[in-house]
Amino acid sequence: MDLQFTAAEEEFRAEARIWLAGHVPTTPLPSLETAEGFAAHREWEHQLAADRWSVVSWPEKYGGRGASLWQWLLFEEEYYRAGAPGRVSQNGISLLAPTLFEHGTEEQRARVLGPMARGEVIWAQAWSEPEAGSDLASLRSAAVRTDGGWLLSGQKTWSSRAAFADRAFGLFRSDPDTARPHQGLTYLMFPLDAPGVTVRPIGRLDGKPAFAELFLDEVFVPDADVIGEPGQGWRIAMSTTGKERGLTLRSPGRFTAAAERLAALWHEAPEGTAPALGDRVADALIGARAYQLFTYAHASRLTADEGAAPDRAQPKTGDLGAESSLNKVFWSELDLALHETALDLLGPYGMLADDADEAPAHGSWAEGYTFSLAGPIYAGTNEIQRHIIAERLLGLPKGRR
Amino acid sequence: MRFLLTDEQREFAHALDGMLSASGTPAVARAWAAGDHQPGRALWTRIARTGVFGLAVPEQHGGSGLLPVELALAFQELGRHAAPGPLVETVAAAAFLGRLGADAQAGEWLPRIAAGDAVLSLCAGAGPDALEAAPDPAGYVRDADAADPAPYALDDDATDRAPYALDADAADAVLLIRGDTVSRTDTHGPVQSSLDPARRLARPLDGTVLARSPAVTAAAVHAVEVARLLTAAQSLGLGRALLAATVSYVRQRTQFGSPIGSFQAVKHRLADTLIGLEFAQPLVHAAALALEAGAPSAGREVAAAKVAAGEAGYAAARTALQLHGAIGYTEELGLSLWIRKARPLRDAWGTPAICRARVLTG
Repeated sequence: MDLQFTAAEEEFRAEARIWLAGHVPTTPLPSLETAEGFAAHREWEHQLAADRWSVVSWPEKYGGRGASLWQWLLFEEEYYRAGAPGRVSQNGISLLAPTLFEHGTEEQRARVLGPMARGEVIWAQAWSEPEAGSDLASLRSAAVRTDGGWLLSGQKTWSSRAAFADRAFGLFRSDPDTARPHQGLTYLMFPLDAPGVTVRPIGRLDGKPAFAELFLDEVFVPDADVIGEPGQGWRIAMSTTGKERGLTLRSPGRFTAAAERLAALWHEAPEGTAPALGDRVADALIGARAYQLFTYAHASRLTADEGAAPDRAQPKTGDLGAESSLNKVFWSELDLALHETALDLLGPYGMLADDADEAPAHGSWAEGYTFSLAGPIYAGTNEIQRHIIAERLLGLPKGRR
Repeated sequence: MRFLLTDEQREFAHALDGMLSASGTPAVARAWAAGDHQPGRALWTRIARTGVFGLAVPEQHGGSGLLPVELALAFQELGRHAAPGPLVETVAAAAFLGRLGADAQAGEWLPRIAAGDAVLSLCAGAGPDALEAAPDPAGYVRDADAADPAPYALDDDATDRAPYALDADAADAVLLIRGDTVSRTDTHGPVQSSLDPARRLARPLDGTVLARSPAVTAAAVHAVEVARLLTAAQSLGLGRALLAATVSYVRQRTQFGSPIGSFQAVKHRLADTLIGLEFAQPLVHAAALALEAGAPSAGREVAAAKVAAGEAGYAAARTALQLHGAIGYTEELGLSLWIRKARPLRDAWGTPAICRARVLTG
């Protein structure tokens, strides 16, 4: 049992650190939930991709470095420690891409992954519907067979990034006559500027259009944009949501970096700051470290049987199964508590919105706090996660939802 | 990196678990609480035979040298079975004597500890408190650039706050550390009953000074870190036992025509209990590794593990009590042996407040 990285891994870490030190914008980019910020973040993705830092764990032919899971974890630690911008391509990179690696065709990978890695095409997700949030399997938006493809009709909502993104991916009901709601669903990709698509931005809690409603009226999607077999969408999507809840979307580097910044805030706090806040800062440090170590243990299990130089067709993304539910509840509550503590430490300045001139740390605490409020809701609410933990990890009997 | 237990380590824990399961620890703990130490000493001998005490004793005194990872594994099992006695204190005393170096005391006690022939208690205050340590947030996450933290001293105030030795009435001797002085005492004040009847507390009375030097302080800081880590490991094992017992109970206990384990409120509480334990576990392993390597971050990592494991174990006890309902609040159920232990373990060798402060100061 050890916690040592190899010399080659440390070398990779150093290389990432040096590149980031030379490239991370000195002034944070405007919020990526605004048109201006979205464009700036897209430009940043170009920059990352130019030196092959946007998708390090992907094979080289798609713009990656073929990095191991360990190297990816180290890159993420360095990325967030450097205070680098949020990833506007995240939905594509951490949700759609793993699905394509696992269930897509060679043609789909060749067509979709390169532009995604370069930030040329930004993807939004189209899961939820007004009547299908936690109960996602009850979705009603339809995919109807037509010559050479499908016609999509219905309404999707709370689609993150959809206000400014280029394309979307999600589930549609292709067979309305199945015995059970999660059968007869198909996983499709579609452009947001196609005829029949109406995008209506929705202001999130602070008013920024972080997501959108999508109205679909017989939108044509060719067969080439179906992922996997028609009717198999639920199974395919579940392999994606496991990743969303778990490792790929929320690497420990985010939280270790945020906890370090919080500790710095504590040590800079003015004389007379309530000592009780110190306990909460300590808990954030402890929680971030726990999450990092939990991930190291999991990555160790995933890589235990691999050779020293694995020759892989696809990246190891850290599929977690039911354990991803433990992760999801833990990181979302940690993130929220950490940011609430930061606002408390900032005192009167904790009330300032991220775009206020005098907001501390260029508004990053305010932006982080607003974003962290959504954590216990998206990627499957924490109530749903607790059900999964109770039933699948503890073996408790099923009951009413 | 391979942050996983080896097969050998797993087998060691499994064997210990099997031995403890066969030893009827609840009856041993009840006898211990009543002041009958005979069954406890017999169990002590069986524990010694599995090599647990030797894991803290240097090789020249009949042990294997200090192996914190294996010790943490062993104490997780001892916690799981609510084994009574000053187990942590004896091992921490061995770590103290081993660190203090070759003198008559080490030669007298260490071979006996390894063989299971000596039961020691230890009283050294609440542990190391940073006095003037510079904050070093970057050192928390493993970082080659991290500076060495400032040296620590035993805080006299903290010492005064920890006046009792655990199970002094059952021990062959108590080591009493105050500042840079260690004494041996064989006498103690009247036993004070405690919230956990199986943890008997008494004030050690002044005895013979064994050594007075800065090396005593350094060895005491080390011993407290070992005690803190192993108490955290016990909390974790205790919490896992409580969770398992409660899951099993709510699956079979029926109310309103359904097993209560099918109710959301019950399920979610148990899920939260599991989350607490699962995320404390790697902190305990990492702290043991840091201690093994003598890493500058060890004190901090041990404190972090202590907070997380102590709180998770205590939360598991609260959950167990609540979900068992009235039967859980009775002494008739063996579960009370575990429930009563959770809070003292959370607080022994460094309360959450002290350990959180230690995490903050680096």
